[in-house]
Amino acid sequence: MQSEPQAIKRALGRTLIRSSAGKTRTRDARVINLGDRVFYIATRTLASCVILLALLLVGDLFRGAWESIGQFGLKFLIGTTWDPVARQFGTLPTIIGTLVKATIGLLLAVPISIGAALFITFYVPKWLRPIISYPIELLAGIPSIVFGLWGLFVMVPVIRVVQIWLKAHFGWFFLFDGPAVYGVGVLSGSVILAIMVVPIITAISRDILLTVPRLQIEGMLALGATKWEAIWKVALPYARVGLVGAVILGLGRAIGETMAVTMVGGNSFDLIHSLFDPVHSMASQIASEFTEATYSLYVSSLIYVGLVLFGITICISLLAQLLIWRLSKGKVAIFE
Amino acid sequence: MSDVNAAASRRRFLRRKVTERLAVGGMFLCAGVTIFFLVTILGYVLYHGAAAVNWEFLTSLPLPPGENGGGILNALIGSAMVVLCAAAMAVPIGLGAAVFVNEFPTAGFGRFVRFLAEVLTGVPSIVVGLFAYALVVRPLGGFSGFSGSVAYAFIMIPIILISAHEAFRLVPDSLREASLALGIPKWRTILRVVLPVSSRALLTGVVLAISRALGEAAPMLFTAFGNPYLSFNMGKPIATVPLLIYTYATAPYEDWHQKAWAASFVLLVFVLFTSVLTRAFLRGKSHE
Repeated sequence: MQSEPQAIKRALGRTLIRSSAGKTRTRDARVINLGDRVFYIATRTLASCVILLALLLVGDLFRGAWESIGQFGLKFLIGTTWDPVARQFGTLPTIIGTLVKATIGLLLAVPISIGAALFITFYVPKWLRPIISYPIELLAGIPSIVFGLWGLFVMVPVIRVVQIWLKAHFGWFFLFDGPAVYGVGVLSGSVILAIMVVPIITAISRDILLTVPRLQIEGMLALGATKWEAIWKVALPYARVGLVGAVILGLGRAIGETMAVTMVGGNSFDLIHSLFDPVHSMASQIASEFTEATYSLYVSSLIYVGLVLFGITICISLLAQLLIWRLSKGKVAIFE
Repeated sequence: MSDVNAAASRRRFLRRKVTERLAVGGMFLCAGVTIFFLVTILGYVLYHGAAAVNWEFLTSLPLPPGENGGGILNALIGSAMVVLCAAAMAVPIGLGAAVFVNEFPTAGFGRFVRFLAEVLTGVPSIVVGLFAYALVVRPLGGFSGFSGSVAYAFIMIPIILISAHEAFRLVPDSLREASLALGIPKWRTILRVVLPVSSRALLTGVVLAISRALGEAAPMLFTAFGNPYLSFNMGKPIATVPLLIYTYATAPYEDWHQKAWAASFVLLVFVLFTSVLTRAFLRGKSHE
């Protein structure tokens, strides 16, 4: 965190720099500072590369999916048959599978991560804070393939036992009335997603909670409020927008997550009826089918799925950026 | 009258106290659950993987399926080649763009680039794979290590850009002004003052991007594709560690499962090592 005078100085400095950058654009300066001009153009070109890459990404996805878009149009999104042999492609079951897994994962992850972030920010003494929060940040850096491996060999057997027990005792409930013995399925996928997004949401929430003005909380405490009352009535309302942003960011991660979900989420193309049904999510469908797609409409349809996935995650990430930015004015680094 | 009031306020006090205790307990539990999973996962992979790692595993090539022994040398070399080639593409673009965004603040262009970088970090890695497939694999007519590098570079650029931008922001403007006041042109000021001052943070960002990319399996599925043999040819399919873990984990051989754990161990050790190292490198700068 930057101290206040430093921030002010930085802001002042930036206006100075800005005005000097303005000068390079006048005719005289251009003649004098040829080097500056070249440097400006060079770095501007590199910056343009980033925009170019983004455009290329969108363009390539559309081009790749074009055949399928022409064939199925928007019906692709509501079609429930995915049959490469009959050349029929509709991706509604996987969209639902993706959203259901991500939603359940978030329902599990959000209370835990916000609770953990509150605990770290307001109850853990300052010297102990890094010791607790650093490992959580580490967890956010573990490759998803490692989560997938752990999930497949350690978590799925446990979940399988839980599922069989649930089905035996609560099988009358429609959510538990599914093929429990597989182990892989919606429940496993959701749990692994929850484990994966908890560190992300925790880390961002903690950064956001740190922006709550200390004075307001101390004011509450001075008036005789308990710490929890101060959190509930001051900290949470203050940080609300940012916390929602953090959750939405987690949702974006959960929806786009590939390897772990491919390994434990199951791989059926049917609509789900229960928590135990194995079902593809969009990312796992692309991952497991792409290299086996034998004709161009098939490949094109998978790219179409990718395009839909891209569209959903971009909307979510834009929303999250907007919320977090509005609150922290850029003080919270989103990635990492 | 006052007795009734006192009783009511005592009850209220008690209720608030209980709420406080419950809330603390709940939050403690949340933190505990998070730490629990961290310890379980890290512990399990490290413990299980360490048992399967040995010298042969790191220095020999894979044997045909069903035969015990062999190693993952080809994937280690492949991953290193793909990721270094990606870094060669991503570092200039990321750093150059960050220099532009911070040192030449334009009305909206620079801020838009920075914003775009934030958005690009949210692109699912599988979509990045599709992108590299459509951009490189299809025109060239086959899977290749180079297309994997393009995918990795796409993942690395926004990470490098954002971390470099943050690093440049921390360089005090007095340094820039001192240099400019000596009559040194802006471009030399950037190269000789701004970059050296922030070099540690820049290096950290690059290492972070490399370690992030190195663990990604999804973009490799249909770009680098994998290769059971040792290959140095970036124009041909090449093995990478994360994809090898996927292949081995989903194969029906017990020996391959052990190798998947061992490869995860190697990957994890690298990621943890770089993370701890970069943190030690930056201590006291970015954290409160």
